[in-house]
Amino acid sequence: MESLFLAALNGLSYGMLLFMLSAGLTVIFSMMGVLNFAHASFYMVGAYLASTLANIWGFAWALVLAPLCVGLLGMVFERYGLRRVSRQGHVAELLLTFGLSFLLLEMVQLVWGRGSVSYLIPETLQGSLFTLYDMPFSRYRAFIMALAAVVLLLLWLALVRTRIGLILQAALTHAKAVQALGHNVPRIFTGVFAGGAALAGLAGVLGGNLFVTEPGMAATVGSVLFVVVVVGGLGSLMGAFVASLVLGLVQTLCLEIALIRPWAPVLPFLLMVLMLSLRAQGLMGQRGA
Amino acid sequence: MKLPSWAWTLIALGLLCLAPWYFSSSSALTLLSQMGIAILICQSFQLLWSQGGMLSFGHAIYVGAGSFLAIHSLKLMGAGMLHFPVILVPLLGGLAGLLLAMLLGWITTRKAGTALAMISLGLGELVWTLALMWPEAFGGEGGLSANRVVGLAPWGLNLASPLQMYGLIAAHTVAGTLLLMGFVQTPMGRLLNAVRDNAERVAFLGYNPHVIRYGAFLLAGFIAGVAGGLAALNHEIFTTDMLHAERSGSYLLFTILGGSSLLLGPLMGGVLMVLCLSLLSTYTPAWMLYVGVLFMGVVMFVPGGLSEGRLQQGQSLRRSVAWHRWWVGCLRLLASVCVMAGMGVLIEMAYHLPQLSVLGPQLTRMGWVLDVQDMSPWWISACMVLMGTGLHLWLRPPQDAQRAKEPQP
Repeated sequence: MESLFLAALNGLSYGMLLFMLSAGLTVIFSMMGVLNFAHASFYMVGAYLASTLANIWGFAWALVLAPLCVGLLGMVFERYGLRRVSRQGHVAELLLTFGLSFLLLEMVQLVWGRGSVSYLIPETLQGSLFTLYDMPFSRYRAFIMALAAVVLLLLWLALVRTRIGLILQAALTHAKAVQALGHNVPRIFTGVFAGGAALAGLAGVLGGNLFVTEPGMAATVGSVLFVVVVVGGLGSLMGAFVASLVLGLVQTLCLEIALIRPWAPVLPFLLMVLMLSLRAQGLMGQRGA
Repeated sequence: MKLPSWAWTLIALGLLCLAPWYFSSSSALTLLSQMGIAILICQSFQLLWSQGGMLSFGHAIYVGAGSFLAIHSLKLMGAGMLHFPVILVPLLGGLAGLLLAMLLGWITTRKAGTALAMISLGLGELVWTLALMWPEAFGGEGGLSANRVVGLAPWGLNLASPLQMYGLIAAHTVAGTLLLMGFVQTPMGRLLNAVRDNAERVAFLGYNPHVIRYGAFLLAGFIAGVAGGLAALNHEIFTTDMLHAERSGSYLLFTILGGSSLLLGPLMGGVLMVLCLSLLSTYTPAWMLYVGVLFMGVVMFVPGGLSEGRLQQGQSLRRSVAWHRWWVGCLRLLASVCVMAGMGVLIEMAYHLPQLSVLGPQLTRMGWVLDVQDMSPWWISACMVLMGTGLHLWLRPPQDAQRAKEPQP
């Protein structure tokens, strides 16, 4: 029972990481209608960049620079790739992001090799924060939770309290009206895409040393990510939040219970099938969306 | 003379059927067999994608289901527990694909487009993970193997020779083509096109788009299963890799590269798939990068795929040629060749770097010997890329007035 509590904490930190990814994916989807298949690849690129930057200048710099670089990559891709094909419809955009995920995987393997790279948790964050019933809770996981909470809270405040956030919210539902009011909507799209990519990059910086930084990491997270988005409801930020936490908890908790441990890898997908057959629009998705 | 695309397809299929008499070596026959199977898989994908607007990211599980049942029935026939003509085993595979599509198709096809892409991806992962969890049935890491010269052999068709195997594959590929050609003429095929273009209107006309999508999905599952059964017969092995998302991705990638032309698209896609996976991959380690770049280029600039071959801005391109003198076109072509050659050299050398200690600094491509440790090839090719790009931008035709007028989405 005690171990379950700790596992729940671990699951919560993983869920927060998932939400950093799914938040960007959801906002990009609901604003531009693009399902970004390369989102998990941005996560991977973030982790790889952070591993190199952390070895040169230290973890703090990696934490700042790697998301910025990934954001820049997302910006360039949106401006010169997605915007070109946007006239051909959303499926063409989806295909382009699929191609990008293919390409990024190959590039990462070209630069960093086909094996895993060494990317260690910085010394100050190693060790345990507290012990609960003789079980240690890792300091780094607490750091991830705190950082993710702060970043997401700031983003939320920026979205609801600032002028830019207001325009962004308007563009989310009434892009043409916002355009007519004189705002540069394509530029807003580019900014949102870059922001989502940067958020994925940040998740990569945090997740890269929590797990392993290897070429398969994009595929591992990517499939879970799509389950999160389907379960939460396509385009619903709140749904993505709940589904991220639920999936983080499910994936961690079921490893603790011996009876369902062998089923751990399929549970997210079973959850998705269950959700689709009971409530096709997802937890908080709108019907017909 | 301009032939319609179905005529080209029949000519190509005829060539494919006659090919073994010309390319009689066994390696050529292996490649041709793989091409036949790949074409069939691409046809099944094409039915979903270009006819129904359904972009499945989990198509490999239907192919894999066919292979799975085919291998198990071969095993049973080998043990003498099943008496069945071996040439009908692909149909058993088709049955497996159909059953799996029946089971998973209903929740997959509820919505088209983006939702379907995600759900099919998730279901593909589900099936793959389940298969990994059950190594007794699915063979785990090592896979399952069986012998195809078992069971009943009517008219001496026991598939002992590779030529017979190829004949079986070619027959199925031709049958698949005819099936596809016929299907799009049926009311069901027309309805499927209507659902692709505007599902809401079809619903208002009193048809259920979900049911129509489901029907097409079942047919695609069947064809995919047949292809899987043929693959199992051809390679005599089933591995869980056949179910993996990577496989689904490559089916999708090559079908879309092939293009949206109903028959010619899958044909080109399938041939390209085998050429890339079997030939290009032995020639250069960077093949996946090239395929990825080609795919992105096709998506961006040639929306109809290679079989349609229509440029996105075909109109403006023609006009720009008329405006400019002919040598501008030639120079732009030269610049493109320059960029591509430079990039190729850079990529090949970059891929060689990690293997420097094993293979040495020398690298041979197309009869050229490059020394990776020498700086001059790096500089020269980088300059070629930069100069080519610069020339390209400088000679760019004036922006089409039409393009500026069009509203941004």
